Amino acid sequence: MSVQAASEYAVKSTVRMKNFFATRWGIIAVGGFIGVFAALLQKWGNPGNMGICVACMERDIAGAVGLHRAAVVQYMRPEIIGFVLGSLIAAHSFKEFRPRAGSAPIVRFVLGAFAMIGALVFLGCPWRALLRLAGGDGNAILGIAGLVGGIWIGAFFLKGGYNLGRSTKTHASVGWLLPLTMAGFLALMLISPQIEDQPQSGVLFYSVKGPGAQHAPLLISLVVGLAVGFLAQRSRFCTMGAFRDLLLFRQTHLLQGLLGLVVFAFIMNLVLGQFNPGFDKQPISHTMSLWNFGGMVLAGLSFALAGGCPGRQLFLAGEGDGDAAVFVLGMIVGAAFSHNFGMASSANGVGPHGVAAVVTGLLVCLFIGLTMRTKSAAA
Amino acid sequence: MSHTVDARGLSCPRPVLMTLDEMKRVGKGEIQILVDTDTSKENVSRAAVSQGWQVLSLLEEGDTYRIVVRKE
Repeated sequence: MSVQAASEYAVKSTVRMKNFFATRWGIIAVGGFIGVFAALLQKWGNPGNMGICVACMERDIAGAVGLHRAAVVQYMRPEIIGFVLGSLIAAHSFKEFRPRAGSAPIVRFVLGAFAMIGALVFLGCPWRALLRLAGGDGNAILGIAGLVGGIWIGAFFLKGGYNLGRSTKTHASVGWLLPLTMAGFLALMLISPQIEDQPQSGVLFYSVKGPGAQHAPLLISLVVGLAVGFLAQRSRFCTMGAFRDLLLFRQTHLLQGLLGLVVFAFIMNLVLGQFNPGFDKQPISHTMSLWNFGGMVLAGLSFALAGGCPGRQLFLAGEGDGDAAVFVLGMIVGAAFSHNFGMASSANGVGPHGVAAVVTGLLVCLFIGLTMRTKSAAA
Repeated sequence: MSHTVDARGLSCPRPVLMTLDEMKRVGKGEIQILVDTDTSKENVSRAAVSQGWQVLSLLEEGDTYRIVVRKE
C-alpha cells in the first residue's frame, strides 16, 4: 500500500508541477486575467462590453476580407490572431502540439456556421455574454440562460452516446494551416494598414464608423491576444465545457474559471467606470428577450455538439487540432451568411431572417445530435 | 489487464464518459484508459479521483497516455 500511495503521490505531484494552470487556482487566475484584460481592451478602444468577443471578432474578420460587406463590422481583429498563435506557442513550448484531424470535419463546419448564426442573433459569444453581464447589461441574463439551455440539450445527446468519431494523428502541416492563415492575416494588416477615414486599404476593408471602427491599438490587441491564447491553452479554459461538465458530471473545475472571468471583469469595470446596469440602450445589444435566449440556445447546442466554445476551438486549432480549425472556418463563413442574408441582429432587434435561421439551425443540430450515436462503450 | 477503455482520437467529454461508464460497469478493481491528448489525460484523472478511484500510474507511450486507475 505504501508503494501505491507513494506512486500516486508521485503521479499527482508531477501532474501538478507540469501544469499549474490546470489546477483550481490556475484556471481561476486565467479567467481573472481574461476578465481584467477584456475590460482594459474596452478602455483602450474596443467596443462596449466587447473587450473580447470571439464571435464578434471573427465576424469582423469576415468583413475585413470582404466575405460580407456590412460596412460597420469590418476589421482584422488581432486578438483572434493572437489567440491561435499564443496557443501554438504554448503547445510547442510544453510539447503538446499534436497534429490531428479527420473527426467529422463537415459536421464541425456546419456546427460552426450555425453557432455563429445563433451568436449573432444574441450579439455575442459566451465570453461576451459574460462580459455584457459584468458590464451591467441585463439582456445578457437571457443569453446566458439560453446558452445553458442549449448545452443542457447537448448533454442529453452526449449521455445518449453522441460523438463526432475519432480523429487520427496526421502530418504536422495539417496542424499548422490555421496558425499560418492567422500569421498571413497579420501580414496583410501590416501590408495594408488602416488609413484614417478610408473604408479600404489594399485588399482589406476597414470600418469607418460603428463597432468595426472601435479598436485598441494593433500591438496591444495582438500582445493581449497572444497572452490569452498561451494561458488558455495551458488551462483548457472553456465556457461551454464549464456548464457541460457541471450538467454531465457535477464537476465545477472549468466553471471556476468562468466565474473568475465574470468577477474580475465586473471589478475592473467598476474601477474603470464601465459598469452601467440596465436593459435599454446597452452597447451593441437589443432587448428582444425571446431571441436573446433562442439565439444562444442554438449557439450553446452547437458548441456542445462540437466540443468547445468559440475561444476553445481557436486554442485547440493552435495546438494542432485540424477539426477545430474547420469549426473556426465554419464560424467565419457563418458570419458572412448572417450579414449577407439578414440573419444577424442589430440594436433595433433581430434581422428579417434571424428567427428562421435559429429554427433551421436547431433542426440541423437535432438531426446531427440524434443520428451520430455510438452505443455505450463500443465507440 | 482485463478492463481497458480506448478513448484515443475522441475529444472531450467522450473519454470521461467512457471511463465513467466502465467504472459503473465494473464497480471496483483496475481499469486502464488510453487517451492521446493532455486535456483528456487531465480530465480523465480528475474524473477518476472525484469518483473515489486512485490514479495508480500515468505513463506516456509514444502518442498514447496510459492511465491506470483502481478502486478497492
